Amino acid sequence: MTHPIRGRTAIVGMATAGIGEAPGFSDIELLAQATLGALADAGLKIPDIDGIFAATSTHAFPSMSVAEYLGVKPRYFDSTNIGGSSFEMHLLQASLAIEAGLCEVALICYGSNQRTAGGRLVSMSERQWHETAYSPRHPITAYALAAARHMHEYGTSREQLADVAVAARGWANLNPEAFARGPLTREDVLASRMISDPLTKGDCCLVTDGAAACLLVSADRAKDFPRKPVYFLGGAGANWHRSIVAMPDLTVTAASESGPRAFDMAGLTHGDVDLVMLYDAFTINTILFLEDLGFCPKGEGGRFVEGGRIAPGGELAVNTNGGGLSCVHPGMYGMFLIAEAVAQIRGAAGKRQLQQADIALLHGNGGTLSSQVTAFLGSENAI
Amino acid sequence: MAQNKPGPQRTFEAYLAEGRFMLQRSRSTGKHLFWPRVLVPGSGEDDLEWVPASGLGRIYSITVNRARSGDYNVALIDLDEGPRMMATVAGAETAAIGSRVRARIESGEVPRVVFDPVSEDAR
Repeated sequence: MTHPIRGRTAIVGMATAGIGEAPGFSDIELLAQATLGALADAGLKIPDIDGIFAATSTHAFPSMSVAEYLGVKPRYFDSTNIGGSSFEMHLLQASLAIEAGLCEVALICYGSNQRTAGGRLVSMSERQWHETAYSPRHPITAYALAAARHMHEYGTSREQLADVAVAARGWANLNPEAFARGPLTREDVLASRMISDPLTKGDCCLVTDGAAACLLVSADRAKDFPRKPVYFLGGAGANWHRSIVAMPDLTVTAASESGPRAFDMAGLTHGDVDLVMLYDAFTINTILFLEDLGFCPKGEGGRFVEGGRIAPGGELAVNTNGGGLSCVHPGMYGMFLIAEAVAQIRGAAGKRQLQQADIALLHGNGGTLSSQVTAFLGSENAI
Repeated sequence: MAQNKPGPQRTFEAYLAEGRFMLQRSRSTGKHLFWPRVLVPGSGEDDLEWVPASGLGRIYSITVNRARSGDYNVALIDLDEGPRMMATVAGAETAAIGSRVRARIESGEVPRVVFDPVSEDAR
């Protein structure tokens, strides 16, 4: 049954900053720029913020650092850090807090300068003692193990993995903000440097800078803002493991649990979904999540993405910004799923704008296929 | 209350230093554990005893990490006793998923369990 929280809150301000390369700027400077952008978008000021929801790759106490930097004394705050899916969880937590009257204007935000700060993936993720003797290079080792198992069980091919990257690039080529643009073929992906079999460089997400922030208020207030509200329709998280060693079946993620719960909460079915935003840290992610979220049967994800089905002009619009593979991936990508869904639902996505974009599914992933959070955003028509 | 014995991780590492690959097993359920903990996750039994691992298992998945300093594989091994562990298939670039393997302890500064491919009927 549809949950009472459905449609009770809405995003009224959204902005990004420093997507790609932002030389000379620190992580929190970019985060604050995105926050100022979101405030301007909503016609709000810093003192209006009374709820802060933040996670970063570089702060032990993210909401504390953000509150201090912005000069906000929040009535409610939450630093839940479950990796890249944190922000989809923050949408749920902020909505619950607003509905309970604990805050009125919730800021959800992220920022990173990992590209210009060193060009390496920054992570505070601690090593697992029972893994260290084998020197896994997480996250890629874990995702490569999942890809290898999926290929073994279901005959998924490297060509099909490459098709995911090619589709993402197709969308990125329609997005002037995307960091990686230009032609990309199956052959290019297959010929790029092998990093961890079966994943090549072309199967891996970008390492970029970038920040994004959004402002969430109650649906009652949302009607008074300059931009059309983007409503929160529901969300659910599932978490089955921390270390890839403890993932019960490497071909089935906890998205198979978060997805159905989020669909129920939002009272939606697959046919209702106009836009699918999946956390594509690696090409195998898109295949796993299409299966686990029920867009195709288990094991069919590789065949599903063939023939441009998820590319521009295909049957299913997936990752229309270009994804983590070709648009932006500054350590944690979950905030950018929200940014693209808001752009599409507002009808502000330029050349990549979908004809109909009333309901978006966002699926965040954190850790090594660990935390899975599915959320829905929608237009006025979805209410 | 003071506890005189070290915890499961330290105990496992001490066995390894003696050249022994040991697993925990619940006395009441017979269920084996890896990696070592103070309880069986999900059900909570803490009646755990240490037993020698058979050392036999099967490759669940494997990847080759391509590094400038040299390639090496990282594998997930399903032990015959049930638990899964991260390890490496030693002496080979890689091996097929589903292959039968047997454990041995590789000594070094930090000793570790590694696996060698064996024939399908190895016992």
